[in-house]
Amino acid sequence: MAAKKLNTKDKYRLLTRDLDWEFSYEDRKQAFPFEEFEGIKITDWSKWEDPFRLTMDTYWKYQAEKEKKLYAIFDAVAQNNGHTNISDPRYANALKLFLTGVSPLEYQAHQGFAHTGRQFGGVGARIACQMQSIDELRHVQTQVHAMSHYNKFFDGFQDWSHMHDRVWYLSVPKSFFDDARSAGPFEFLVAISFSFEYVLTNLLFVPFMSGAAYNGDMATVTFGFSAQSDEARHMTLGLEVIKFLLEQHEDNVPIVQEWIDKWFWRGTRLLTLVSMMMDYMLPNKVMSWKEAWEVYFEEAGGALFKDLARYGIRAPKYAETIEKEKEHVSHQAWWLFYSYGDATAFHTWIPSDEELDWLSEKYPDTFDKYYRPRWEMAKKMEAQGKRFYTKGLPQLCNCCQIPLMFTEMDNPTQLAYRDTVYKDERYHFCSDGCHDIFVAEPEKYVQSWLPVHQILQGNCGGPGLEDVLRDYYRMNVGADNLDMKGSPDEQRWNSWKGVA
Amino acid sequence: MSLKTLKPGYSGEVKDRLENFNGNQLVYVGWDHQLLFCAPFTLAVSPDIPFGQLRDQVMASVFSPHPEWTQINWDSAGWLLDGKAFVPQLDVSLQAQGIDHKSLLRFQTPELAGFMSAAV
Repeated sequence: MAAKKLNTKDKYRLLTRDLDWEFSYEDRKQAFPFEEFEGIKITDWSKWEDPFRLTMDTYWKYQAEKEKKLYAIFDAVAQNNGHTNISDPRYANALKLFLTGVSPLEYQAHQGFAHTGRQFGGVGARIACQMQSIDELRHVQTQVHAMSHYNKFFDGFQDWSHMHDRVWYLSVPKSFFDDARSAGPFEFLVAISFSFEYVLTNLLFVPFMSGAAYNGDMATVTFGFSAQSDEARHMTLGLEVIKFLLEQHEDNVPIVQEWIDKWFWRGTRLLTLVSMMMDYMLPNKVMSWKEAWEVYFEEAGGALFKDLARYGIRAPKYAETIEKEKEHVSHQAWWLFYSYGDATAFHTWIPSDEELDWLSEKYPDTFDKYYRPRWEMAKKMEAQGKRFYTKGLPQLCNCCQIPLMFTEMDNPTQLAYRDTVYKDERYHFCSDGCHDIFVAEPEKYVQSWLPVHQILQGNCGGPGLEDVLRDYYRMNVGADNLDMKGSPDEQRWNSWKGVA
Repeated sequence: MSLKTLKPGYSGEVKDRLENFNGNQLVYVGWDHQLLFCAPFTLAVSPDIPFGQLRDQVMASVFSPHPEWTQINWDSAGWLLDGKAFVPQLDVSLQAQGIDHKSLLRFQTPELAGFMSAAV
């Protein structure tokens, strides 16, 4: 007599690999039309090792248990006025950046994995992508719920998905994911699962979640814990993807290397936003961006690429440039946002004297020499009643879409410029890394939707900057933007705390 | 390497063609070793304006908040047009002296060291 309950091994086999079927009257190649055009050769899908080792019913059970705990904490945060327990009202601006810049990427990842999972002939890869797709949907939902409490008390949270699609600096994360999702399925996995989730995710997740813990934000910390086991699975998938592709065929090696080079560079450019969040936006600092980069990329990533050397994979191109940039990018980025603070949907500010000293201590080779003078100048201007806002629109990189604010690492007061001419049209970049990505696939990046150019073409309303901000970006001008000092956020906080 | 696509013959729409700017062209302008302005500017101007108008009106509108802007000695300032040394002619139109759509102009003022001599 058959057992009433399947043992784990059988259940796993039946609910994963056994979900596939043979194609008796349809051409398998036509069923998976995206599988070959990238040049990746798969000889045996059965060699795919399931990284998740989960069946769907177990998955639902785990996730449901986590949700119950998570929403109980959200309720408690709301009932106990959790927004008044954060370290300082400036902290809320890190959350605004997260909600508008990162949460929509979770949704993009959900869509990307759903699409990609459909395209693989191997059932193991399909199921892994399906589960990650559902994880990502859960992440965007729980993040929105975690932050909805703050939306009731702070400005700038109200229109995050609309803003993600339109606001100038949010085109940086948006275009990153658009690029990955419009690539083939294998490139998508190398881009998102490996380069982003495996190599760089700790540099995104740890700063935000530890930042939340250090700054009294229980809702976000709890979300972080709830997502942690998912992230661990995503990282495992990233590593499996790479090993599987490299072991399947030697012709895959140069293709994968090119993707690693590209996506490592795109990922580090994207993380520029995180660097300034760590060094400037967290009132209680966790560690400096430079320290985070050393721990999570140089040490962990160094060991990884040593391990991958046996497949013929080397460390990503321009890793040595990034190693030098860790001393500079956060300062350059916060200056960018400070000086364009009339066009941001979060508040900006001059660091306090204690914070300036902390930055000097953490960046002894660069801060006092290159960056402190800017803040001294800003302080002087503010004291004269002329808080500094840059007039005029910046030049953007045609690849990463960040303004050309990065400097030459051997000449740190000189902005870096790179360009190329393609079909009689000139294109500009912030770096060799972004230049090379364009040159490899120009037909893709001639289509970049550069926010500054779109404004100047008249596609974003106007004519004035304030019209664009109010009508096209849907910012509450005068409340969402401008300096922290004198903002409605600050006034409300002071009234909660009984400060005049 | 070119873009790998499902079907041959793929080409992308060039988003920033000159025709899309309603009669204007783009010129990017950066002040070398000057970092109060975090990045170069994107300026939309008519290709027919003389260089003097670009410098004294359009550029001034964005660069003049810098206290050293009025101290610039234009006789000794150096220029680069798309990476090559360039001597602008004030009365000649942009178009006629080779400043075309999406050209990059950089200028240098080595005698001005910026706030606290820190290139700010």
